[in-house]
Amino acid sequence: MPLDPWALNDVFQGELLMKAKVIITPKAEVLDPQGKTVQTALEQMGCTGVREVRVGKYVEVEMDGDHDTIKTKLSEYADKFLANPNIEDYRLKLED
Amino acid sequence: MNFAVLQFPGSNCDQDCVHVLRTVLGHSAFLLWHKEKSIGDADAVLVPGGFSYGDYLRTGSIARFSPVMNAVKEFAAQGGHVLGICNGFQILCEAGLLPGALIRNRSLQFRCEHVYLKVANNDTPFTNQIPEDRVLRIPIAHGEGNYFCDEKTLETLETNGQILFQYVDRDGDLTDHANPNGSLKNIAGISNVEGNVAGMMPHPERASELVLNEDDGRLIFESLLYALNPGLTTA
Repeated sequence: MPLDPWALNDVFQGELLMKAKVIITPKAEVLDPQGKTVQTALEQMGCTGVREVRVGKYVEVEMDGDHDTIKTKLSEYADKFLANPNIEDYRLKLED
Repeated sequence: MNFAVLQFPGSNCDQDCVHVLRTVLGHSAFLLWHKEKSIGDADAVLVPGGFSYGDYLRTGSIARFSPVMNAVKEFAAQGGHVLGICNGFQILCEAGLLPGALIRNRSLQFRCEHVYLKVANNDTPFTNQIPEDRVLRIPIAHGEGNYFCDEKTLETLETNGQILFQYVDRDGDLTDHANPNGSLKNIAGISNVEGNVAGMMPHPERASELVLNEDDGRLIFESLLYALNPGLTTA
């Protein structure tokens, strides 16, 4: 049976290419004027029950390598560049 | 004296700084491209305002990794004087040369107006020529000038006299109304513990000659010149 080039491509990508998501949010103690403004707008539009809104950033990184290597590498760069530890927290999610 | 004025892609107050240093104060100044690895024979470094790298990700976050910033760090570690103005202040915070960070103005508006400043510490390389109780009038132009740091850092800033400038009203009173961006304690400018690195959001280079109707900013450059060489006279 001839090899299916698309199937091969899937396997190839699954092994070497991963999508990582870095979700960056303002720290709890940092005033988030964007979040506050969005919250007020939601309330004015009639959206009830909103307790708090925080506006952050979402960074998507496609990267070669295995799960653990990518996690270690991206944590390092998130600490020193993607997020500012003075004002932001971040979460790292890797697509399996 | 010879000043290096850094130039990043997106800097836009670099020429104004050079103009004040050369034409108004009669000293030497040269533009230093961000890819340079040395600050040459500069006696002091100015990190000017603007929108380096389009303010992408966070203000100053990309510029701080420019090769020239390693040279600036070395220079500062040896006691060299560094002043960051507006985006320059943001870059110095991101680089870890100054504590804290500058976040979005609480109004979410870009504020472009004149502010009044109180000098919280007159005994620094950046304020020594400013008479006691003098309220400075200097323009601001920023969207991210809201100074933030954790409580412990704020305490340290206060104890060490690292707060240089605070937003006040015309009479010199520190009020919430006079705070254009939501900065903690109305902070407009700070220095590092050693005192040789400072950053401020207002633009002294835009208020340094009477042809522009105001020259309060000149006192800050004159303070720096005095710190570099007390025997100097300016033009």
